[in-house]
Amino acid sequence: MNALPLWAEVVVAALLVTGAGFALVGSWGLAKLGDILKRLHGPSKATTLGVGCVLLASALAFALQGQASLHELLIAVFLFITAPVSAHLIVKAAMRVDPGLRPPAPDEPG
Amino acid sequence: MILPIVLPWVMAAFALGLALGAWRLFRGPALPDRILALDTLYINALALLIVLGLWLGTKAYFEVAMLIGLLGFVGTVVLAKFVMRGDIVE
Repeated sequence: MNALPLWAEVVVAALLVTGAGFALVGSWGLAKLGDILKRLHGPSKATTLGVGCVLLASALAFALQGQASLHELLIAVFLFITAPVSAHLIVKAAMRVDPGLRPPAPDEPG
Repeated sequence: MILPIVLPWVMAAFALGLALGAWRLFRGPALPDRILALDTLYINALALLIVLGLWLGTKAYFEVAMLIGLLGFVGTVVLAKFVMRGDIVE
């Protein structure tokens, strides 16, 4: 790390701290919450957002050092596309293991 | 001059996230909990690698992070499919 102006360091550090906070809260939710459907919220939303912030900070830092690349954006787009898919599949697997998780069907209209 | 102070704490936060995910991986009552823990673990490991690359000022870790992202997603899909259907390739 060299030759970053002060404002860039402040922005990158803020993005890093925000990302680490979100990721930590997501992992804490995974460990603490009491039900698979509740537990899914932490990793699938908070952790993905946290990693997105960290990737953004990395992209900004390398771009301001004159080494801009599309790697971080590629990883971020891929993560943001795949996170809902894996969450959906995990819920389907959980419903297969424990059919009682499925909420009761609403009443027929009319 | 801010980043050298912030980066170790950020890495510590991700390491703590990894520890929490590992706790859920060993503890998790059912198979879907363990799959979810593995999902969180690979995302946290990816972020840890990105922060390490930022700290060392090298771009060598991006390919590794992309590989972890790809293979982690495939692993999650395969494990969930196996729990769902009892088979992977039908």
